[in-house]
Amino acid sequence: MSAALDLLTIVAILAGLFFFLAGTVGLLRFPDPLSRLHALTKADNLGLGLIVVGLLPRAGGLLGVLKLVAVWFLVLLASATVAQLIAGAIRRKGSST
Amino acid sequence: MTGFLLSAAGFILLTVATGLVRILRGPGDCDRMMAAQLLGTGATAALLLVASATGAPGAVDVALGLALLAAFASVAFVNSAAPPEQNLNNEAGVE
Repeated sequence: MSAALDLLTIVAILAGLFFFLAGTVGLLRFPDPLSRLHALTKADNLGLGLIVVGLLPRAGGLLGVLKLVAVWFLVLLASATVAQLIAGAIRRKGSST
Repeated sequence: MTGFLLSAAGFILLTVATGLVRILRGPGDCDRMMAAQLLGTGATAALLLVASATGAPGAVDVALGLALLAAFASVAFVNSAAPPEQNLNNEAGVE
């Protein structure tokens, strides 16, 4: 049973790493600010979410699991809101900056 | 397993470090803010991995705090760089 959980942890964390890498490459390579923002937010939510899912079996007891899910939920809320704010700022400042 | 977790945390920090190049190159300050936001989330993920690997209970709380502060940094940036109210007055015709 614990081997299966370890396998889940490894697979989920590898997937999370992949999304972090994809988001960062997107942040560097995409032409205009809004598509960069799209790539960045994806890395935030999916990358961190998969890592948290990978870490859940290793969290000690219910409190640890709840704390991990709380971290991910707050990052989800924060990065979604911030993405909207930055998109508004980009639109107001014009695509040049 | 802990070796895997620590190497994953190292990989994330490396990825975020390459993401910071966007701060140097970014044409606009919005792009620089995005890289800072990515740094916040990447550091949170690395902290969670290190917490799980070394079993330090406090590190998860630090990750929680960092996740919130990263959001505040972006909000402060948006309010200073492109405040919503003031721009509406200038571009009254456009809005």
